[in-house]
Amino acid sequence: MATATTYGARDHARAQAGTAAEHMPTVPATDWPEHPCEAGHLVWAETVAGGGYTHRTVARGTEIRLTDRHGDACAHLLLLAAGRPWERLSTADTVKVQWNAYLRAGRLLLSSHGRVLASLVTDTADGRHDTLCGTSTLAGNTARYGDGAPHSASPAGRELLKLAALKNGLEPRDLPPSVSFFQGVAVRDDGALEFTGPAGPGGSVTLRAEQDLTVLLANVPHPLDPRPAYTSTALEVLAWTAGPTAPGDPLWDATPEGRRAFLNTAEYHTSKGIR
Amino acid sequence: MSTPADRAPRTTAVPARAAWSAVVPAGHHLTLTDLHGNQAVDFLVYDAHDTAVRYSAPDTITAQGNVFLTTGSVLLSDEHTPLMTVTEDTCGRHDTLGGACSKESNTLRYGHHTWSQHACMDNFLSEGARHGLGPRDLVPNINWYMNVPVEKDGTLGIVDGISAPGLRVTLRAETDVLVLVSNCPQINNPCNGFDPTAVEMTISDGTPS
Repeated sequence: MATATTYGARDHARAQAGTAAEHMPTVPATDWPEHPCEAGHLVWAETVAGGGYTHRTVARGTEIRLTDRHGDACAHLLLLAAGRPWERLSTADTVKVQWNAYLRAGRLLLSSHGRVLASLVTDTADGRHDTLCGTSTLAGNTARYGDGAPHSASPAGRELLKLAALKNGLEPRDLPPSVSFFQGVAVRDDGALEFTGPAGPGGSVTLRAEQDLTVLLANVPHPLDPRPAYTSTALEVLAWTAGPTAPGDPLWDATPEGRRAFLNTAEYHTSKGIR
Repeated sequence: MSTPADRAPRTTAVPARAAWSAVVPAGHHLTLTDLHGNQAVDFLVYDAHDTAVRYSAPDTITAQGNVFLTTGSVLLSDEHTPLMTVTEDTCGRHDTLGGACSKESNTLRYGHHTWSQHACMDNFLSEGARHGLGPRDLVPNINWYMNVPVEKDGTLGIVDGISAPGLRVTLRAETDVLVLVSNCPQINNPCNGFDPTAVEMTISDGTPS
């Protein structure tokens, strides 16, 4: 075998270049075949496997489109201010300040500091999203599927988000409860939770980064998914350079609470000299 | 070896707007009494030996399939392990969606005029710092006695309380736990009838009285 020598092993390794797989990042992102934005503006193009995770730092003004390609993705998302992880997603403030438990177009993902981390600008997945149930755990998946370790056939979301956090110099303490997209949960009058499942293949949401963000993503079954089999299909992630929400954008004045959140966010940036 | 004095219930009155914390040993009970009624008690709980393991509202409500807490609710950690169990609740139900008030979130909810007011996050930060905890250790919490219904369209909000003077919640520690409490100072919403009042904490080693 040619790989018995260093030269042969090197040639063998190099011959793999250009291999295409269903689940992989496209680098540079501009090589992605479809462009949902101005040519040349794509900065992140990736297909995350079911049971997989990814992470990226994106600039304020980046738009991130998540797509449930085959109908059984569930994008468990955490956002932290890049380089300032003490400011991070607050699910409690997100639902309380906006007077609503559900995510849909126009809602904001609020930080623990009274500012906007990201705006949910489009949603073609019928609001099948969740702010209440968090993600799956090693103990929970071990009970459900027999294992929940990242290398197992049924990785738990929290284990994957921990890896994503650790790769960004963060620790498990830096992981508050996450939100998830593409598997719905409703609250009944008596407080009971009802799993409403996915909207179908092709549903997408677009998030607009209102600050420089550390984005942590795990694509695993929702913890309330009743099916006995671990069912998780591909999640497509595309991100492109756009612009943050500014005065005049309908979102800016959509609610009094949101307007103050945008004002706080803008003031944070202008006081640092960022326009 | 414990003495009878060690085993006597320890009761502390927490004044309006104040913070409180304690380690509750496994098997011991903590009773929170709403002395004057309609007072929201913001509450976080950690594994006393590894504070990276802490209360998880999502794990708790996912496991029990309901957003309200009451008798029988097991407070789970973010590693899905039991921290405490509600063994008695004379109020009916409690909130774990709304989290704590903060000076920052108050500016969004009511306006920038509230910035000078005190808030639960400040209580959690200063009380937590006594135990080596910082901002990354603060996660969405429990609000004992706070009434937060969710409508069909997802509309959610803090409304008038359902508590009354003397109502209580008793929790059994399933492992040695560190409890952080902020006796909510909020004066802009009905979580405590716009009038913060004192609550009482009792730690006992046996069955609840």
